[in-house]
Amino acid sequence: MAQTISEKILSQHAGKPVKAGDIVIVRVDGVMATDATAPFAIKAFRQMSGKKLWDSGRVSLIIDHASPAPNETVANLHKLMRDFAAEMGCRLYDIGEGICHQLMVENAHVKPGDLFLGADSHTPTYGALNAFGIGVGSTDLAATMLTGKTWLKAPKTIKVTLNGAFRKNVGAKDVALFLIKQLGAEGANYQAVEFTGEAVTSMTLASRMALANMSSEMGAKAGLVDPTGLDLWYPFEPTFPDAGADYARELTFDVSALRPQIAKPYSPENVVSIDELKGTKIHYAFIGSCTNTRLEDLHAAAQVLKGKKLTNTRLIIAPASKKVFNDALKDGTIEILSEAGATFITSGCGPCVGSHLGVPGDGEVVITSTNRNFQGRMGNPKAQVFLSSPAVVAASALAGEIVEPE
Amino acid sequence: MTHPTAHVYLVDNLDTDRIIPGKYTKTLELSALASHVLEDLDPEFSKKVQRGDILVAGNNFGCGSSREQAPLALKAAGVSVVVARTFARIFYRNAINIGLPVIEVEHHNIQSGDSISVDLEHGIVTNHTKNETYQAAKMPEQMIDILHAGGLVNYLVEHGDYV
Ligand code: SF4
Repeated sequence: MAQTISEKILSQHAGKPVKAGDIVIVRVDGVMATDATAPFAIKAFRQMSGKKLWDSGRVSLIIDHASPAPNETVANLHKLMRDFAAEMGCRLYDIGEGICHQLMVENAHVKPGDLFLGADSHTPTYGALNAFGIGVGSTDLAATMLTGKTWLKAPKTIKVTLNGAFRKNVGAKDVALFLIKQLGAEGANYQAVEFTGEAVTSMTLASRMALANMSSEMGAKAGLVDPTGLDLWYPFEPTFPDAGADYARELTFDVSALRPQIAKPYSPENVVSIDELKGTKIHYAFIGSCTNTRLEDLHAAAQVLKGKKLTNTRLIIAPASKKVFNDALKDGTIEILSEAGATFITSGCGPCVGSHLGVPGDGEVVITSTNRNFQGRMGNPKAQVFLSSPAVVAASALAGEIVEPE
Repeated sequence: MTHPTAHVYLVDNLDTDRIIPGKYTKTLELSALASHVLEDLDPEFSKKVQRGDILVAGNNFGCGSSREQAPLALKAAGVSVVVARTFARIFYRNAINIGLPVIEVEHHNIQSGDSISVDLEHGIVTNHTKNETYQAAKMPEQMIDILHAGGLVNYLVEHGDYV
């Protein structure tokens, strides 16, 4: 039986051949939950009469969504997580370590071929590693913390082939936004997406992560990137689809003419080319999130802002992790961005989810490198949020209006 | 016999941030969630909804975040069933896991104020106001088992493992 990447990984974890549509119980290689989801997972775990984790070495808790604690309620939820981790002997990443998905990849808690459950909707990011990452809610996660297993329906797969080479200032984020527009916000609901083609296999790990991350905005259960060209610091066994595997849809695009893409309020599928938005006034710019604040993203921003001064707007940057921050510190990137006037905040989700650290004012227009612009997403339903690549965010912050980087 | 009242919002892609904004999710208090449910869509909703009422929505209901606070907020506000054309995957699973029935109905004529009842077992929605019935999509058996148990917590307390 010719299999897709999903079918192969799920077969390995079900202990029997699996094809799309099958409902199977699978073993899970690792789980993680954040301060947005871990408290309910802990509550559910206790209600399930959980006394110990199925495998404490495979459980990670991350404090990243409202970090450091903005108020006493959140402080107590963080404390609950620290206490639980100490009691159960599992891993805890405390404030400032970084965003959950970045930490799981950076520290190799998730590896190629794994089936990983995250209590966060952007868990498909691990498809960049050729792993099957699924986002679940707190109760599902609690059940896996207890049993090491979950149940799921093996998804059909949409195969997306991206041919050609990107133009300057166009990359993973732009093509991801373009694809969300083509497929729609529910275009891949209940399905997996496989990304292949030379525009994909030539991508860095960071870019692959941005692409796989945005598959969540197509509704995908998992976004699996072709492992060809995947460069990791440890050896791994890649999982390729079989020739003749059965796909629900096959789409092919040439990226060579693609222009920078921007999603307008209030949906990541509301995407247009930058040309339609040039001149839109911007009040606030943010570079952050599990989509786009890795070293290459900070480099892209620094290239735009080197030797310049931000006078027209405010720019906030939340590096994806402490490691990213330290690497950018050592290579001079932080200095360039800080000299230009950018404000650095704690590595973590920052204003992405609207809990704290940079909520926009009424009527303000925000340009951000994040992945969602739902109404109220950054904490104020009366603000307008536009999504783009870090280079476009930096250039627009400098100009005070939407512009293309030179 | 009185039946639950429908509250209809036929918008597509009603995302989790509009069901319960991220700024309110950092709590374990269900009543705090209930008081803000759907407030950016309809500030009156949490006052209008009566215990047992039914929410009716469009396509891809609950897309976005994996926050279980979204179905929890609806349940805590009194919603007994959500009827939608389609659901986003994580929301659908979360709702079942916390014991909030959700059912996919492609074609219907339900308007706000109609009296509705839902037969999950047979996948049938009855509109008593209009004297109509609508067919729903079939639910995986695994999910019906979890709903029967009252949610995944009870299911695992009963079974100790996935069976
Ligand atoms: S950075 Fe934003 S999208 Fe990513 S995990 Fe944090 S809140 Fe979610």
